[in-house]
Amino acid sequence: MSAGGIKPARPFQQAARVTLANPQMRRNLRHATTTIREKRLRAVAELPDWEALRDEGAALKDHVMAHLADALLDLEAAVQARGGRVHWARDAAEARGIVADIAAAHGAREVIKVKSISTDEIELNAALAERGIHAIETDLAELIVQLAEDRPSHILVPAIHRNRAEIRDLFRRKLGAELLTDEPKQLAEAARLYLREKFLTTRVAVSGANFAVAESGTVCVVESEGNGRMCVTMPGVLVSVMGIEKVLPTWQDMAVFLRLLPRSSTAERMNPYTSFWSGVTPGDGPQEFHLVLLDNGRTDVLADEVGRQTLRCIRCSACLNVCPVYERVGGHAYGSVYPGPIGAILTPQLLHLEDRNANTLPWASSLCGACYDACPVKINIPEVLLYLRGKITEEKPLSAEAIAFKTAAWVMSEPHRFEGAIKLARSGQGPLVKNGAIHALPGMLGGWTEARDLPAFPPQTFREWWRGRPAPQPRETDGQAQTSEGELLAPQRGDRGPA
Amino acid sequence: MIVDLFITCLNDAMFPRTGEATVRLLERLGQTVRFNAAQTCCGQMHFNSGYQEDALNLVRHFARTFRDASVVVAPSGSCVGMVRDLYPRAAEWAGDERLLEEVNALTPRVFELSEFLVGHLGVEDVGAYYPHRVTYHQTCHALRVLRVGDAPLRLLRNVRGLNLVELPAVDQCCGFGGTFSVKNADTSTAMLADKVQNVMSTGAEACTAGDNSCLMHIGGGLSRLRAGTRTVHLAEILASTEQEVFA
Repeated sequence: MSAGGIKPARPFQQAARVTLANPQMRRNLRHATTTIREKRLRAVAELPDWEALRDEGAALKDHVMAHLADALLDLEAAVQARGGRVHWARDAAEARGIVADIAAAHGAREVIKVKSISTDEIELNAALAERGIHAIETDLAELIVQLAEDRPSHILVPAIHRNRAEIRDLFRRKLGAELLTDEPKQLAEAARLYLREKFLTTRVAVSGANFAVAESGTVCVVESEGNGRMCVTMPGVLVSVMGIEKVLPTWQDMAVFLRLLPRSSTAERMNPYTSFWSGVTPGDGPQEFHLVLLDNGRTDVLADEVGRQTLRCIRCSACLNVCPVYERVGGHAYGSVYPGPIGAILTPQLLHLEDRNANTLPWASSLCGACYDACPVKINIPEVLLYLRGKITEEKPLSAEAIAFKTAAWVMSEPHRFEGAIKLARSGQGPLVKNGAIHALPGMLGGWTEARDLPAFPPQTFREWWRGRPAPQPRETDGQAQTSEGELLAPQRGDRGPA
Repeated sequence: MIVDLFITCLNDAMFPRTGEATVRLLERLGQTVRFNAAQTCCGQMHFNSGYQEDALNLVRHFARTFRDASVVVAPSGSCVGMVRDLYPRAAEWAGDERLLEEVNALTPRVFELSEFLVGHLGVEDVGAYYPHRVTYHQTCHALRVLRVGDAPLRLLRNVRGLNLVELPAVDQCCGFGGTFSVKNADTSTAMLADKVQNVMSTGAEACTAGDNSCLMHIGGGLSRLRAGTRTVHLAEILASTEQEVFA
């Protein structure tokens, strides 16, 4: 069963080593992220107004966040008016209880699931199992992860870390498809045969939600395979679990996100299946509909002025695909169902910055900024990373590292101290220097010299050079002309203004 | 024009030749160069590592030091990125309105070297000579925070004798990230390994960039592999002439 949850079992640094030491997984990740990165750039380049669309998406989300309570109450009223039931879940335990009670009340032994990140967040599958109910993932990649008793490693492509040969072996073992080859068509057919039977026989379905429209009480799931469509139409009972930030006030707002999401996530102009449902319709589709509105830390994120932008996220996964750190370590290193750059800011915030392991995530970034450029709703992920680093560091007791940084700041705040420190380092570096470079550093700096040399301090600093330098003469250099003010005319002048 | 130099703490201590090159280059282009010896560090290392209160002292120090400058130029994309992009954040998060005003007044006058040359002085040919095969690494801060675009490439293309070869995956981070390279050394090393491979694949004699922190990282990896490719700051290439090859 696919494990879930958002509490990392280990600090990022430790968890990252597992994938870093697995060359096959690294090759799989690199191949997949490189491919989708290039596809996304092409898909985005097709739209001349992409930047304006990003701005619009960000502004709409910010507007919803500023009026979230109203939007949710409108949604509740509209869902109820159409014969659905709305449940408010403060935390994961409440949400798990609500869904499990509904399934149990219908005597379900199995439930089918789709779009299950929010249900993974609350670790629903394990809670259902405790009540004797088996959850079946119907998204192909989720199914692979579930059959492998693995964890999802990507928001959109949960089995991104697996290649076709690995999946073939898994299906041979778990689905009894012994003659299977690793051809995608055959793999899909094996999964289809297994899932179709489940769609036809299972009475309760659980879904997540990409969006919900408050004005009509409509819930939306966007997907590629059609399995989600089967889940939300075939069974008699449908329970949808959605984070409270997924609500949109109007259908007009939806138009913006249905353009932003597919290009950012799968690099498609439009996704193959977009399913909408509003309450219940007698004689058509599920006859009982429950909407679980999940908070689980979100209102605290909302209350934070800088962190709030995290809730704009539409789970497209563009930031994962462009992140050089994610590409090397994969999703498991983040220890949460929300991996990659967005996970590095979302996970610790959902846990109120109280989880020690989750609090290592804001440092899981070189701050290269690629995630911010790719984000369709302009979440300034580097900014939030830095903000969280500050908050987490403030709370920590004084460590050796903190003392080192505080000392450095004291030294740096005064040029004479700074200069004195350089002289001291220069005279003390002798034993470490070999052929002009340092090949091994002691203590917490040792990580650097595992794979890199460090140049030695040169004999003279810049400021020493500057002090010793003769006052500059007005010079006629290289035979180039000067203006009457003495300003040298450059050999060639290009366009003024930023490049 | 009087140009105030911000040499940055790393350049001052570890790469003084980059500072010297910047001085020579700007003077050759007719600028009056000033070095305010009160300057120290922009505070990026502290801010990025989570020590924001400590960083704030350095932000204040920088703002005081350069208050009267008409133009501040630094041979470092990441330090200028810190000043322009994060000084306002630092002041806001500390709730220091006065500092916010000060830095908002200052930041539009702070430039990275290549953007100053091309965007502000309007110079693309600085009269340099550097007869080597060179590849250029785009640093993340210059690329995504300062948006210097192709300014460094325009400058390099006009260097006589220089054979510019394209670096594969040029926009990928080298994995330095300040303390990231120490705190998450394994991940950083994995990123560096790819960068070093790409540099070596170009057959360049030198890899250049506008930032010695990235170059120190890439150079550290090349040195460990005894790759035979050097790293050299863009300013040192641009300062080189037929009379004196600087780098």
